[in-house]
Amino acid sequence: MSSPNAAYPDTPDQATKPKRHEWPLWEVFIRGQHGMSHRHVGSLHAPDADMAVKNARDVYTRRNEGVSIWVVEARHIAASSPSDKGPLYEPSESKVYRHPTFFDIPEEVGAM
Amino acid sequence: MYAQMIKSEATQEDPEKLAAFQARIDAGEKIEPKDWMPLGYRKTLIRQIGQHAHSEIVGQLPEGNWITRAPTLERKAILLAKVQDEAGHGLYLYCAAETLGVTRDEITEMLLDGRMKYSSIFNYPTLTWADMGAVGWLVDGAAIMNQVPLQRTSFGPYSRAMIRICKEESFHQRQGYDIMMKMASGTPAQKKMAQDALNRFWYPSLMMFGPSDKESVHSEQSMAWKIKMNTNDELRQKFVDQTVPQAEYLGLTVPDENLKWNEETGHYDFSQPDWSEFFDVLKGNGPCNRERLAARNKAWDDGKWVRDGLLAHAEKKAARKVAAE
Amino acid sequence: MTRDMAFFEFLCRMGDNTLVLGHRVSEWCGHAPVLEEDIALANTALDLIGQTQMWLGLAGEVEGEGRSADDLAMLRDAWDFRNVLLAEQPNGDFGQTMMRQYLFDQAHVLLLQKLAGSSDERVAGIAAKAVKEVAYHVERSRDTVIGLGDGTSESHRRMQAALDLLWPYAGEMFTDDEVSGIMAGEGIAPEPSSLRAAWDAAVQETMSEATLVIPDSDFAHAGGKTGFRHSEHLGHMLTQMQWLQRAYPGARW
Repeated sequence: MSSPNAAYPDTPDQATKPKRHEWPLWEVFIRGQHGMSHRHVGSLHAPDADMAVKNARDVYTRRNEGVSIWVVEARHIAASSPSDKGPLYEPSESKVYRHPTFFDIPEEVGAM
Repeated sequence: MYAQMIKSEATQEDPEKLAAFQARIDAGEKIEPKDWMPLGYRKTLIRQIGQHAHSEIVGQLPEGNWITRAPTLERKAILLAKVQDEAGHGLYLYCAAETLGVTRDEITEMLLDGRMKYSSIFNYPTLTWADMGAVGWLVDGAAIMNQVPLQRTSFGPYSRAMIRICKEESFHQRQGYDIMMKMASGTPAQKKMAQDALNRFWYPSLMMFGPSDKESVHSEQSMAWKIKMNTNDELRQKFVDQTVPQAEYLGLTVPDENLKWNEETGHYDFSQPDWSEFFDVLKGNGPCNRERLAARNKAWDDGKWVRDGLLAHAEKKAARKVAAE
Repeated sequence: MTRDMAFFEFLCRMGDNTLVLGHRVSEWCGHAPVLEEDIALANTALDLIGQTQMWLGLAGEVEGEGRSADDLAMLRDAWDFRNVLLAEQPNGDFGQTMMRQYLFDQAHVLLLQKLAGSSDERVAGIAAKAVKEVAYHVERSRDTVIGLGDGTSESHRRMQAALDLLWPYAGEMFTDDEVSGIMAGEGIAPEPSSLRAAWDAAVQETMSEATLVIPDSDFAHAGGKTGFRHSEHLGHMLTQMQWLQRAYPGARW
């Protein structure tokens, strides 16, 4: 995590660049009024966590989208590498029975 | 349009990797920041997304010019909300560009010292209230035409930013047309203002799609990479076909003597804009180039102590917290 | 002065404060120090414009002469405006803007909390909506004043200068007069002086966290909320704000 671009988990390191004194990047997660969980909505810059929450409120809830905000500094996010996509996700793709639509339920039974 | 004048880089990379990369794009997969990508793809995207972001930010200025003169409280609120959205869209796009290995401050400085461009349309002045109508109707109309297909672009973060932007932008063009309807059906002075705004913004709007890309190999590469989704000419024709009936509904005249419906092609024939003017504006000789860049530079320079001050406070606060533990 | 005349005056004070301050804040759009602040300032301005529509809308209703919120905003001259002088002060640098905002927000939120219990249901309704917005305004402006006061030596210097400059305009928010006496008697709004102690305590705490020194003077400019003598700045603001309505009388926009 030495280069500034490591500040974003998805950004390749370019170690040659000098460290710049910028507001760090934060990832924003919002749970909406009827939402069950927080969803990633985007990123922004802020000097610290308190201001990041406030900025998130101003930037990402302009249309009353959310009731609860989480922010995480981008460099603290550990992410799977997209090239791992195969091993990580394929095994579960074969377990189609985990998905409710796998089962045909007669209409007469009603909502399930 | 924001993609105007972007030249993709010639690539000298492993042909096998390139082929695999192209196959992923052809299969409709999204490319994510950590994936391998050709250098040219990365560079072209940084430039395109950066220019797009800069266009949003500089694009705040011509409309921001009328916020304090909006004729009613409601119009003031709507215009302010719209220009604020543009700041938001710039913010989303800078974040997308940042995933490619530049920071927002770096790319901002490239705008400020002229290394990067923004859409030339924002170098035209807004002179009357009707220009708020014309900008929303024509400029946002042309922008949307370009942005809607970009929701399907191959680069994941760009595509996701465009989806959010298109969702939020749906009211922008409508509010512009709404202003035009009020003006066109208003007093003779208002109607004259509306026609004048159309006269001044028609050709610059056509220029937003960029010059004809018939002969450009760069366009071809960008289209293969799904960074560019349609040719400039396709989008321009679509814009004309959509806009002419809207002008007729308003009772306004499109300032083009050659404009006429062509039964054979099923499209309107229209005059090309003056491309020498386009290149003049691009070179910095538009009516407002200097003012726009000066305004952005002033905001950035005047804001430095604020950015530094808030960061210094955050660092002190963190240090105090550590000391207390 | 009749009750209705005083009520109209009071509503103009509320609406003109938000109108004039909202206008000032909107001047930042596209020019703020950083994108996140640009967006946040626009939100504040939008809230204030929305509150203006409600306060001046009610003022027109109480007056009963068929004037709309837009008529009041766009067609009155400077002497009819009832905003405090603080609100019309120019933006200056970002520090002055945020200091003006904090001093105002801190008083605004205290007033709206009381107004939410107004004997007039319409006033209580507007205040109940506005207080939620303004509670956030003060949180944000307070944090910014603290951050910049405590930040670098330059930001500290600028914030102290802003406080020194604007302090003489704070007192006007707390002076009582015939209008406020009638409003308090009717249970519509509290006497402004009754809010002063709570405001002083909050401001003292904020400034001490911001490492800023409150000027040792209780001198206060006056003349804004009575309309007796506005600053020269207001007229220039109105020439912009009202220009289209004045230049094209009767046109619909």
